[in-house]
Amino acid sequence: MEIWDLHCHLSGVPGNTPEARLGKLLEYADRMGIARLCVFMGLEWSYDPSPEKMRQENDEVLRALKHFPARAFGLVYLNPKHTQASRDELNRCVRDGPMVGVKLWVAQHCNAQELDPIIQRATELKAVIFQHTWVKITGNLPGESTPMELAELAARHPETKFICGHSGGDWELGLRAIRPHKNVFTDLGGGDPTAGFTKMAVRELGAERVLYGSDAGGRSFASQLAKVFGADIPEPAKRLILGENLKRLLRPILQDKGIKI
Amino acid sequence: MIRGAPVHSLARREFLKLALAATGAAALKSVDAAPISKRKTELIDVNVNLSRWPLRRIRGDDTPTLVKMLRNQDVTQAWAGSFDGLLHKDISEVNTRLAEECRNHGRGLLLPFGSINPKLPDWEDELRRCVEQHSMPGIRLHPNYHGYKLNDPDFARLLRRATDRGLIVQLALVMEDERMMHPLMRVEPVDTAPLADLIKATPGLRLVLLNALGKLRGKPLSNFIAAGEVYVEFSMLEGVGAISSLLAQVQVERVLFGSHAPLFYFESSLLKLKESPLTEDQLQAIRYRNAKRLLAKSL
Repeated sequence: MEIWDLHCHLSGVPGNTPEARLGKLLEYADRMGIARLCVFMGLEWSYDPSPEKMRQENDEVLRALKHFPARAFGLVYLNPKHTQASRDELNRCVRDGPMVGVKLWVAQHCNAQELDPIIQRATELKAVIFQHTWVKITGNLPGESTPMELAELAARHPETKFICGHSGGDWELGLRAIRPHKNVFTDLGGGDPTAGFTKMAVRELGAERVLYGSDAGGRSFASQLAKVFGADIPEPAKRLILGENLKRLLRPILQDKGIKI
Repeated sequence: MIRGAPVHSLARREFLKLALAATGAAALKSVDAAPISKRKTELIDVNVNLSRWPLRRIRGDDTPTLVKMLRNQDVTQAWAGSFDGLLHKDISEVNTRLAEECRNHGRGLLLPFGSINPKLPDWEDELRRCVEQHSMPGIRLHPNYHGYKLNDPDFARLLRRATDRGLIVQLALVMEDERMMHPLMRVEPVDTAPLADLIKATPGLRLVLLNALGKLRGKPLSNFIAAGEVYVEFSMLEGVGAISSLLAQVQVERVLFGSHAPLFYFESSLLKLKESPLTEDQLQAIRYRNAKRLLAKSL
């Protein structure tokens, strides 16, 4: 069984260049038996990137991918506040480049109408959409989306495949919010390895909609893999979560790009 | 340790000797049963809790299931507090039940660490009971759930009294991610600013910081370690290769294995030992040697 990690970054990892950081991430991934990583966002992040900053961060990821084409995929980081620039970047990195999906973070609430042209173009390209979500009792960032807002977006685009980043952080709320929307998958990564999380995800969504991701380098591969290895769920469900679901999600765009898995 | 040890101290000493011997016996049994290449070593988990987390049922929130899970993971000893110690006001009952559960279900595996709340009336007698009635090797403190700051004079007095009695003091800085707390059960992480001075002012204190490494790192962490006999466990430590990074800041002798089970998946801490490239000597120190040495000082 191959483990594919949906959710990795170049930040929080030692190294002076994008390729050095991805190389270091892969060293740790090798120790944990992880075959492939999805990487997004650059060396230094911006909550609300300008078009120039978006391109810079995506260039850094593209540079890293070039050194490890058999080990890593990329998602293009976009800012819905810059709709046309985001569509241009989508074409540059996904249509004309090696990237296979979209990362949306905290610039704009994801239920905003400005997202629609980006989602439409990504869907035409068969790219998956990874939307960061969190419900914080301490208060969200100004543009930070909740899983409830993602549910609104997903209802408007039933043909698009969305991934609910962090399962909303407060997963007992987040999993309920996305439950009715079969085109929304959930990401286990980026929160504490709290027992019961994965079991609830499988119970409420079905194992086919649950994806292993780590949020490394900020998180460890270990704590996030533990959510699957330690979960009280059947072994076949673990195999789906650790890799088979992500392969299935990415297969259409990978086939278009001539990448065999 | 109080000089001129009375009878109850001797009983506690015998109990702790047995606890130390039990970890060795379990490891020996594993070695005997396993081929050389698969020899198991001891594993002491200094951060588990019995009973129920107030907001969710979790696997292992009954002692027999937790004991079975720990044994399956080759844990040879676990230092156990009680989730009940967070909110229950009848802390005497909590500690009695904790000691009974450890004795009845986890004999040789579970060591009870009683809850002490220095804001409760007559807390000093509770400390006495932990030692004299329950033969506990240490106590576990939750200042944020018990409503006091570390600059509270009662906290300083508690540290002195516990040290006088030869107890290990475990200080839990958080129990869960502050961002995800129940709206009616929000507590701030413990403010550790006064801690270094308190450690220096309490000679002989043996302090274990639990659930501390989510935020505590760098210079503040180094300062605590340098201030006295302070240990950390890594259940909330994050980042790729996190243990390697920790060992760049803290000498390995001060690092203990802690899982925060059953609230956290036990596998998280175990896999962290795999993620970082560690020498066999470092692994043994973290898995059991440091905890065993710390416990032996209670004799």
